[in-house]
Amino acid sequence: MNAKTSKRLNMKERYRIMTRDLGWEPSYQRYEDIFPQESFEGIKIVDWDQWEDPFRLTMDNYWKFQAEKERKLYAIFDAVSQNNGQMKISDPRYLNAVKLFITAVTPLEYNAYKGYARVGRQFGGVGARIACQMQSIDELRHTQTQIHAMSHYNKYFGGMHDFPHMFDRVWYLSVPKSFFEDASTAGPFEFLTAISFSFEYVLTNLLFLPFMSGAAYNGDMNTVTFGFSAQSDEARHMTLGLEIIKFILEQHEDNVPIVQQWLDKWLWRGYRLLSIVGMMMDYMLPNKVMSWSEAWTLYYEEAGGALFKELERYGIRPPKYADQTVIGKDHVSHQAWFIFYQYGHATAFNTWVPTAKEMDWLSEKYPDTFDRLYRPRFELLAEKAAKGERFYNNTLPQLCQVCQIPLAITEPDDDTLISHRDTVHDGERYHFCSDGCRDIFHHEPEKYVQAWLPVHQILQGNCGGADMEKVIGDYYRIEMGEDNLDFEGSAEQRRWAAWKQAV
Amino acid sequence: MSVRANYANYQGPVRDRVENFHGSQLVYVMWERHLLFCAPLTFLADPAMSFDAFLTEVLTPALAPHPESEKLDFAEAQWRLDGEAFEPRGEASLADNGIGHKSQLRLITPRLSDLADAAI
Repeated sequence: MNAKTSKRLNMKERYRIMTRDLGWEPSYQRYEDIFPQESFEGIKIVDWDQWEDPFRLTMDNYWKFQAEKERKLYAIFDAVSQNNGQMKISDPRYLNAVKLFITAVTPLEYNAYKGYARVGRQFGGVGARIACQMQSIDELRHTQTQIHAMSHYNKYFGGMHDFPHMFDRVWYLSVPKSFFEDASTAGPFEFLTAISFSFEYVLTNLLFLPFMSGAAYNGDMNTVTFGFSAQSDEARHMTLGLEIIKFILEQHEDNVPIVQQWLDKWLWRGYRLLSIVGMMMDYMLPNKVMSWSEAWTLYYEEAGGALFKELERYGIRPPKYADQTVIGKDHVSHQAWFIFYQYGHATAFNTWVPTAKEMDWLSEKYPDTFDRLYRPRFELLAEKAAKGERFYNNTLPQLCQVCQIPLAITEPDDDTLISHRDTVHDGERYHFCSDGCRDIFHHEPEKYVQAWLPVHQILQGNCGGADMEKVIGDYYRIEMGEDNLDFEGSAEQRRWAAWKQAV
Repeated sequence: MSVRANYANYQGPVRDRVENFHGSQLVYVMWERHLLFCAPLTFLADPAMSFDAFLTEVLTPALAPHPESEKLDFAEAQWRLDGEAFEPRGEASLADNGIGHKSQLRLITPRLSDLADAAI
């Protein structure tokens, strides 16, 4: 540091010294040995100094900001726990959204922490390394604060114990797990395109706003407060996501087709992953925020549309199959809930047929599809349940090789026919839910042939044998009758009624 | 296309090769436009099993929860195998019928009840 500097540094100087000035030119090792992953993806970086950090945040300030946020956050967690916050929620069915979050989303935060730590190491540019370092620490903080936010509910409700164990094993959690592992096993630039841009920038509003607003509408103070505490981090991640994509595109024209293919891939993967958010919004929130269809219109079609218009000048077009997401917005949440309902003996949360009032809300929000296709299905299920024949599907579903979701989504141009594609690669047949997932496979078959498909793993005998009760209970650690099955008649429903009576 | 990896000739293990299923194979069945079953079903089957035995011992119990299953007559049904029209020979084995590991069968039935209106 310059010893003559006696006055306080201005922000720009301070940023330079605390970030860019930390780098050095290697003298006795080759650049490509120090950063061995920087070039294999084909991305060309001409000048790392062009990297702009929009926040000019330095590590010392970062710690100060974060520590202040932590103090406020934990004060509220304490207050919630001292005031029996679990009793303030709208309806015990709401907690199922929290169970889905802690098992499916929180482990992604942890994977993001690991992912940014890895890719940060791989970039030659100091600015990019520091940005990845901060985001890595943010993601670890989000993991921890989410666990702490939800641990209060874990004392009173089922399904939240063993969430990291479940993430690695349970059939539906292979969907988020395989999504993130696909990104984490890609090169560093694809990782950033996948997670910082496609996920954090384009799609994050569709993940966080529904969960946080859902919490606010349903009396879940802890999750709302966590959401607020993460908001400024998320804003930073989103801005970074956009800067990253522009930086890569501006560095070299050869980067454009590579990035385009990643955008096509990751928008589609993200869209499929968010099906679970869609069903959470439309089916799991007793007090609704907005419908999935409305959210997709607002946050993807309108906001995403403007974004891709802005990227046109780099030669980028909107992601392939974006039109199919627009058709799908009136179907996927219903189809996803229907999967979980019929495999509700193998879920770490309760499922149910929507109430008459909820079905009316769905009819209103989905005038073209709900009454025609989905209401009759739920009415039949309600009828069966009333006769004591609650429907559980005891045969395992066929899964997509890429997104790992059961093939439950219908054709874009025929909503009564399941969408299915297949291909033969090296003498082996593979199945997909869509053109989007099939394209992803064709692009890198050597990668996706190794997919750990839960259904096939069970049938190979790798999940504790052929007895499904053992798979669910011992291998998944879903406690039969305690964590799973219909909400009607559940342990959760009984406990809630008893507590309410006691008040 | 081929994967772009950090070293030459990257190839992940083929996790679902038939050898991993201990003598059995996978068969998928989609009952077309019968969406009470949210997705096509996955079965573990002996390739030497006859097609008729597959229908009575494996498929029929799995379809039993569907209200139309009582009216379902396999003699009236049409089949597709891996995207092609298919006429199964009931006494022949799955293997001899050309139903390979990870083949998908589609069962297409005539209208059996009003549930068809909503593709249930």
